[in-house]
Amino acid sequence: MSDTPPIVELRGIRRSFVKDRQLIPVLQDINLAVQADEILCIVGESGCGKTTTGKIIAGLLDPSSGEVIVNGRPTESYQGREKALLRRQLQIVHQDPFASLNPAHTIGDILSFPLKRHRMTEGGAGLKRRIWELLTMVDLTPPGDMVNKYPHQLSGGQRQRVSIARALTVNPKLIVADEAVSMVDVSIRITLLKMLLRLRAELGLTIVFITHDLALAKYFAWEGRIAVMYLGRIVEIGRTQEVIANPSHPYTRALLAAVPEADPELTRHKQAIRLRSDDIPRLTDIPRGCAFHPRCPYFIPGMCDSDLPELASAPGFDQQVACIPVQRGLPLHVHESQVAAEAHP
Amino acid sequence: MTYKPDEVVLSIRDLSVSYGAQRGRVRAVQNVSFDLHAGETLALIGESGCGKSTLNLALIRQLPKTASIDGGSVLYTYRDGRQVDVLKYTKQEMRRYLWAECSMVFQGALNSLNPVIRISEMVYETGEAHGIPRLEARDRAMRLFEQVRLDAKRVFTSYPHELSGGMRQRVLLALSLILRPQIVIMDEPTTAVDILTQRSILDVLKVLRAELNFSVIFISHDLAVAAEIADTVATMYAGEIVERGPVNDVFYRSRHAYTLSLLNAAPRLSAGAETLDSIPGSPPDLIVPPPGCKFHPRCAYVQDVCRTVPPPLVAYDDGKRLAACHATEQVQQDAQATRILSPDAILPIVKGGVS
Repeated sequence: MSDTPPIVELRGIRRSFVKDRQLIPVLQDINLAVQADEILCIVGESGCGKTTTGKIIAGLLDPSSGEVIVNGRPTESYQGREKALLRRQLQIVHQDPFASLNPAHTIGDILSFPLKRHRMTEGGAGLKRRIWELLTMVDLTPPGDMVNKYPHQLSGGQRQRVSIARALTVNPKLIVADEAVSMVDVSIRITLLKMLLRLRAELGLTIVFITHDLALAKYFAWEGRIAVMYLGRIVEIGRTQEVIANPSHPYTRALLAAVPEADPELTRHKQAIRLRSDDIPRLTDIPRGCAFHPRCPYFIPGMCDSDLPELASAPGFDQQVACIPVQRGLPLHVHESQVAAEAHP
Repeated sequence: MTYKPDEVVLSIRDLSVSYGAQRGRVRAVQNVSFDLHAGETLALIGESGCGKSTLNLALIRQLPKTASIDGGSVLYTYRDGRQVDVLKYTKQEMRRYLWAECSMVFQGALNSLNPVIRISEMVYETGEAHGIPRLEARDRAMRLFEQVRLDAKRVFTSYPHELSGGMRQRVLLALSLILRPQIVIMDEPTTAVDILTQRSILDVLKVLRAELNFSVIFISHDLAVAAEIADTVATMYAGEIVERGPVNDVFYRSRHAYTLSLLNAAPRLSAGAETLDSIPGSPPDLIVPPPGCKFHPRCAYVQDVCRTVPPPLVAYDDGKRLAACHATEQVQQDAQATRILSPDAILPIVKGGVS
């Protein structure tokens, strides 16, 4: 880690939503520092809070409690013009390129609105030049053909390029890509990811990449970090290469073991980890102690169901993990009943 | 899994389907032929718009009104050996055929279950329509729910909204088997679900298949899922099957440039650092497809012949494999050289049981 402060730091973030007059805690005590220039991947299953975390990082959502610190200063301390500048530094690219682009506007319009609103260019010629430049950056060429098209005339992959170009209009420092490629086809996905990596190198961007696809996370953030979330908490965080090759949290292990691989022999010889329960607890009824304990095959009664694990280092691992038995270096035993279940075909 | 290669349950010959559009006919499925054997799981892989879902809908005669079947036959062999062309069935005959002989599981289980009736009612209705007494229908359902690892009693009396997405998908899987069909067609059944849910559905599917020995046509854009459950893999591109063969052959010795490109674009979790290649361009226009091989504008192996001459579907390995690619020898050599991971390249977490 360098001496420069993280570009965004979340401290003790909690966030709840109200649904049907019921308070639903989506994030509980998130502590996370996004370093400048890094690629940070947030992975987890639906409902784990990864999108909410992404929105808080991008400044689209305020936390219920806790502090968001950008460039070393709490966001509340930014006022007026500074606040507007802050907004521009942090951008987000959403999952659904069909919903996130206004169907009534041409691609040229979609890109010119933020450029004009934030006075990013000078005069009509400057505006046009910048739009051309942005379209070229995201490989939507020739730009002259693209500016007059409407979103419905573009493929999913092309639309996602427009979304990325729009995020780049305001020269951001950080982009949150929330499942940004999960709705496009396999062949287009890699093109988009490579483009994001190229833009990152060219523009010095920091990227927070949110996905449920672990293989994709591994590929995209191989030189970066991965944070694994479960029921509103980060359960493991560290360098991607460490987390994937030597996962520490039982949940991460279960996830990695569960992912099918695009290689018949490999995938058929993978040893699955059977969980004690297939069902994810409701957010309104999060289990006491470690939230994963009712499903964890290595559950230790009296420890995991009473004490709340915090992210900390553990013997044998470079990454941080929120699992008390792993932190204490205890041997992990699968319960007897589990072994019997696994023997079943 | 083992299947009986001499026992064909479904034989599709020269099937073509097109949709009417303003500019002309969209040729979504063209001259597709294949045999599905007893107990075999066939995975159809390809990108969106390649025709795999249209093919599937044609097999169960559930195509939208704008589509028409332009030719071909879908020969089904009953357990007693009787053969029929499903495409010639009347509506009523079709109603008896579906569920009892061939059932389907679609993605997005919420849309496939009637939201206003309990699961039990669906079970009874299905039984009634096919002459199965209530008690027997109930017993069969309960047994299947247990097999798919559901709390059978609870699920039976639940409404669909009371169940989680993963539970609903397992309910659908169980319901699809209630009349003991020979064939189950699955269209992206694990696409909209989480990793651990997907794992439990795949595991459950394997157990059911081993026990009940039905055949599966599995439609997926997810190569990893296909790699795991398929006996046979067929690659579709622009409405045609361009390659078909046993799963290991297709994955490790691909014979079509498109199959190899798809594989080279799919990350493998336990392969560590990987170089992936994207496929340039986008899927072709199905109204006016490119001349020659339809994949040639995006193909890394393109030669002059590809631009003008459509490659014929050629049989290899005593007919076990088929491929329609002018560069098939080169493709196979490259696949063999690159697709098999060396043991040291596999990360330890998943090495666990790899022999």
